[in-house]
Amino acid sequence: MSGWVVILCGALLAVGCLLAVVRIEKGPSMLDRTIALDIVVATMISAGALYAAVQKRADIVPILVALALVGFVASVTIARFAAVEPEGEGRVRTREEIAAEEAERLRRESAAGPSSDPEDQDGADRQGGAR
Amino acid sequence: MSIEWTTVADVIASVCMIGGAFLAFAAGVGVLRFPDLLSRMHAGTKPQVLGLVLVMIGLGLRIGPGPEAGALVLVVLFQLITAPVAAHMVGRAGYRTGKVRKDLLVVDELTIDQARADSAEPQNVAPPVPDNEQRPEPGARPGPGEKPDFD
Repeated sequence: MSGWVVILCGALLAVGCLLAVVRIEKGPSMLDRTIALDIVVATMISAGALYAAVQKRADIVPILVALALVGFVASVTIARFAAVEPEGEGRVRTREEIAAEEAERLRRESAAGPSSDPEDQDGADRQGGAR
Repeated sequence: MSIEWTTVADVIASVCMIGGAFLAFAAGVGVLRFPDLLSRMHAGTKPQVLGLVLVMIGLGLRIGPGPEAGALVLVVLFQLITAPVAAHMVGRAGYRTGKVRKDLLVVDELTIDQARADSAEPQNVAPPVPDNEQRPEPGARPGPGEKPDFD
């Protein structure tokens, strides 16, 4: 295979994988991330096959078989435990938002007094619609 | 005129590889730009099946016949078996947790069927027929509002 074919294929695979990773970061729900992860796995299989084709290495093929076999386990597991997420819950929080949440939690904790269980308070507002 | 068959195989393998890589790229674009879960699933299926088939054809043409070529068929076979399982689970979970945008659907038969099943009245269920009585003809079409049983 000539060089530009390899470069073109590698570039297409890399950009596709990168766009899928952007979707993994954006969410908005776990299932969207699962689909993007499936695409990443398919791209990984294609990239391994590209490498094997360039180097004419047939010993890469068992890796491809293993990836094709176990690639679906993540999707099925996550889909099995999918729950109704409140709006905005699936977003990755920034550092400032986490700090603000933590400060709010500490403030509520000190207002409620030392006898209350922090575990319980934290869980109370997260359980919306988890079924 | 003699034809260099390895060159021909290389060219076909290159075309197949480029096709598969392009499908992976298209899936990346689709999964990023499409608006809801089902459209993203639609985009994600392309490199999982067709892209993988193309890439495996290219790889098979490149490494030639042998036991590894059989393993390439296995890769495609496993992906064909497992991809629908994952897609079914994700689609089902997405529908049940309300991640499907109803306004984007052209046909939504599952919602219609569910509404019909919920509104079906209990007296539509046929009472058990004693053995000495005339049984309804096998293969008789179920009446409206009556759900056919598959057993």
